[in-house]
Amino acid sequence: MNAVTPVNKFTWLLKREYWEHRGGFFWTPMITAMVILSIMILVLVSAEFLANQNGVNINGIHLEQLTKHLGESEIEKMHAGVDIGLLSLSFPIGIALFFVVLFYGIGALYTDRSDRSALFWKSLPISDLSTVLSKVVAATLVAPVLAMAAIIALQLGFLVLMSLYALLHGINPFPLLWSPTHLFALWFKLVLIIPVNALWALPSVGWLLLCSSFARSKPFLWAVALPIMAGVLNSWFGLLKTMTLTSTWFWQNIVGRLLLSIIPGSWMDAETLRNTFERAGDDVRISMGPRLDAGFTFDAIGHALVSPSMLIGIVAGVAMIAAAVYFRRVRTESYA
Amino acid sequence: MNMDMPQVSSNTAPIVSAKGLSKRYGATVALDNVNLQIAPGRIVGLVGPNGAGKTTALRAILGLTEFDGELTVLGLDPRTHRTELMQQVCFIADVAVLPRWLRVGEAVDFVAGVHPRFSREKCEAFLARTKIKHTQRVRELSKGMIVQLHLALVMAIDAKLLVLDEPTLGLDILYRKEFYESLLNDYFDHEKTILVTTHQIEEIERILTDLMFIKDGRIILDASMEAVGDRYAEVMVAPDKAEAARALKPLSERQIFGKSVFLFDGVDQGHLATLGELHKPSVADLFVATMKGTYA
Repeated sequence: MNAVTPVNKFTWLLKREYWEHRGGFFWTPMITAMVILSIMILVLVSAEFLANQNGVNINGIHLEQLTKHLGESEIEKMHAGVDIGLLSLSFPIGIALFFVVLFYGIGALYTDRSDRSALFWKSLPISDLSTVLSKVVAATLVAPVLAMAAIIALQLGFLVLMSLYALLHGINPFPLLWSPTHLFALWFKLVLIIPVNALWALPSVGWLLLCSSFARSKPFLWAVALPIMAGVLNSWFGLLKTMTLTSTWFWQNIVGRLLLSIIPGSWMDAETLRNTFERAGDDVRISMGPRLDAGFTFDAIGHALVSPSMLIGIVAGVAMIAAAVYFRRVRTESYA
Repeated sequence: MNMDMPQVSSNTAPIVSAKGLSKRYGATVALDNVNLQIAPGRIVGLVGPNGAGKTTALRAILGLTEFDGELTVLGLDPRTHRTELMQQVCFIADVAVLPRWLRVGEAVDFVAGVHPRFSREKCEAFLARTKIKHTQRVRELSKGMIVQLHLALVMAIDAKLLVLDEPTLGLDILYRKEFYESLLNDYFDHEKTILVTTHQIEEIERILTDLMFIKDGRIILDASMEAVGDRYAEVMVAPDKAEAARALKPLSERQIFGKSVFLFDGVDQGHLATLGELHKPSVADLFVATMKGTYA
């Protein structure tokens, strides 16, 4: 009657997640991007009034630099600086994505039980496994891809804004700000780390879905308060020297991995992050050139993929997702 | 997905078959050693007071709860084969609400996308008879329209078993009548089986082919409607013959217009006719008489 293949079916499950969470998945990153752009416009407009006295510095780019006559190597450095500016624009959207995925995960297998629509979904020929997996994929791929689209839109908006500003000052922005090779290299890497982020996020996503499928009420307390309480208790007993786990280790590898691994790029260790943004502060020396994207090199990504924390996290995440599937199957009956 | 379900061998193989079906919630016994069989092409009313185990029985059939004993639905164990089973089984429950954020069009698209036995044309035809619009969200629909939508989705699925758990609870009489009329006229045929629980028993007793009473987790009556008609009789008796009637051990006695109405189980109807005016008892009266003392 109706051709239904497993792949089609799974696509419909993903659409279902998107329909329900359009606000979080699509509008939250988009609105974040729009808010940032609006703030930039405000800043540029006010900068116009102050620009005569001081040099303007936006996202680490000195406009004064634009007015100079630049050689080829300096233009290259300029592009590197633009890269850092563009990369840092992805941060606020990454944070927005973190909150979206956190609340999505906590509610994903709970809300439909509490409003009893879970019984409607269960009246359709969909296994509990594919239901839970659709939520894993929505959290780790669908939401990040949409956030990525918002990031690209924001970066383009930023470049257009800066170009207009440059034109206003009689500077040709194209050789300075627009470098297709740099842009596509940046986007390629941003897209490339989505699956790395996804793998890294598995323990957090697994934990949130487990709490969501398990809790009879207050899934937020289970998901968030429980690990934090455990961390506090561990620190406290650690102080009393009755436990062997150091409290930093526990916060970083247990609490952090259960709750914060859904932050995009949180698998980059502090070292590489520092390298990446070492001098991206208020004064881009631009001399940093090759070190610019140290955290983003294929080496760094490959290294992160085989780190023990990544691998153990994947195993723990898969185990918690399996437990979530089990609870999805047995927990419906509590709502008679 | 396993499309080759074990076929029910013949038309007479039971759709639902339970042997020693039991379920406990802590100290409470919800189902106590239930044996039952439901044949294809029947409309079975499962009737019982609140807390008698109706919903638990339906949940067991739908694979939504663990249980002890044996239970097969369409030859499958509902606990381990829920996904396959749901290709052939539909249910509407008062408690199984449609998600409030869902749009009507999305609901149709989704079920069409995941259900191999769903016919979009049928569903659209049913929806066209209502005031429901595709762009509306479930939260914008009245309770009656939500049930219409759910029914349109379910009737468009070519299923073998339809389970209805208080499907018309909270609806007005117009929606209730329309609900059962649609089911009978546009959905039901001898290939399909409907299992329904409701408290508005008087509204559906004419459409039932079989009646089951459940009390304290046990099936206390399981008979076709014809058998019920043969077995039970109601007699309106003038006061002078009341003592004679009481001697025949009626199930119940009530007073109407100065006469006594007695309900008898398995007493010869020719003999009863000599006592007074003979009626077929309503299922509701039968239910009240049978369940006497349930909440005492």
